[in-house]
Amino acid sequence: MLSLQRVTYRYAGARAPSLHDVSLELGAGEVLGVVGASEAGKSTLCLVASGLAPRTVGGTLSGQLLLDGADTVALPMHRLAERIGIAFANPVNGLSGVAGTVYEEIAFGPMNLGLPRGEVIARTEESLGALGISGLAERDPSRLSGGQQQLVAIGGLLAMRPAHLILDEPTAQLDPAGTRLVADALARLAAGGASILLTEHKTDLLAAMCTRVIALEGGRVVLAGVAAEVLADPRLADLGVAAPASVRLLSSAREAALPASVLDRVEAALR
Amino acid sequence: MLAVALGGLAGPAVLVGIAVLLPAVAGRILGRLLRTSLLLTLPIALSVLIVNLFFFPAGQQVLFSVGPIRGTAEGLAFALETLARIGAISGAITLFYLTTTPSELVLDLERRGVSPRIAFVALASVQTVPAMVDRAATITAAQRARGLDTEGSLWRRLRGVLPLAGPVLLGSIAQVEERTMALEARGFTRPGRRTLLWQPPDSAVQRVARWVLIALLPGLFVARTTGWL
Repeated sequence: MLSLQRVTYRYAGARAPSLHDVSLELGAGEVLGVVGASEAGKSTLCLVASGLAPRTVGGTLSGQLLLDGADTVALPMHRLAERIGIAFANPVNGLSGVAGTVYEEIAFGPMNLGLPRGEVIARTEESLGALGISGLAERDPSRLSGGQQQLVAIGGLLAMRPAHLILDEPTAQLDPAGTRLVADALARLAAGGASILLTEHKTDLLAAMCTRVIALEGGRVVLAGVAAEVLADPRLADLGVAAPASVRLLSSAREAALPASVLDRVEAALR
Repeated sequence: MLAVALGGLAGPAVLVGIAVLLPAVAGRILGRLLRTSLLLTLPIALSVLIVNLFFFPAGQQVLFSVGPIRGTAEGLAFALETLARIGAISGAITLFYLTTTPSELVLDLERRGVSPRIAFVALASVQTVPAMVDRAATITAAQRARGLDTEGSLWRRLRGVLPLAGPVLLGSIAQVEERTMALEARGFTRPGRRTLLWQPPDSAVQRVARWVLIALLPGLFVARTTGWL
């Protein structure tokens, strides 16, 4: 289990913390969604939860990042990387930039870990298969579409076999086709028991995948609970977060004072 | 180096045949090699030929005259000798460029003990160029769409470079931070050797040829400096 306990984090040179007293838990096989307006602290939460902040980013952190109950403060980044993987919104920056093929790109992480060659190959092929991108193995990663590049970036993380995946708006820069590609792959991973922390503006995606959702505002957790309840909470709009289409449709149907029998059918169809 | 060590015209010419043309034929890249090599050396080759043919200081035997300028046999011989060396050098560089990808080169360096970080920096530098060219093209198109004139006279083109350089450089710097984090998250900073998935082919014949050429080098230098060649 990955957990943050009363974490407050401030970037170097910043006057105020970007995260205030945040606590959360990500259990095995759980998909936790994070919503919030821009600057709410979603990306900072991802950096802290992955261990990159403050190790690589700098800044000051109070509170604890725990893995299976043990404090991670003494772990170097390459050790943490074997247990927590992180993908960023811009897939191009998630790639190594030095691999000539998708195969080499996905193998990059296991190669860095110095694993035996057979193990590197096994993990690479497993990742390609898990994301359904075996057909791209010989392609140049820099020549792929945004959606395909994001899948390759996620594949590179999977090959590290981390217990937890942190995905910071993985579909933010993708067109609808790319979003669908990544969403399908994430849904497969979630169904396969992956433990994922997913920040997204696209609440439809969260509604389809998450078991729980938290909402951030000004670096604080202001809503937390079962995904369906948080995503239907009317306070989401005040936080600058658009509710999923199903919630908005049902709300519109209620406002239109449709007959109860019609409302029941709408609710049943959206369920 | 061998081309410089070998004297006369025949030595470098034979070297070009053995070390450049023969491998190019074997690699089926002779046409591309000749075209690229010719393009690379044409300006310098022309100037070497013209300067030596017409202005060789020790030139006595006149081959032909163009007004007051005389082309001499000694100048032509020296020019051809120099051209053979230039041909050997440019041919070898072109052969290397056409047969070795940057990733293969870096992989081989890493296999031979070069630090993965140095190898990464070397390869990333090469791989970054096309990405920066793409970004520059996108920014140029965006700025043209907003009325910036980047075509026409040299002055206009120069004026167009300034608003382009800023976004390209700043964008690249911003990208570096996120890429650094992505590399950290993939275990790049782990100390020790990385696993290499494959090794560039290096047959026994290639290894022997390499060592023979290296072994020849000091001998040829000695022979050249002592006047044997």
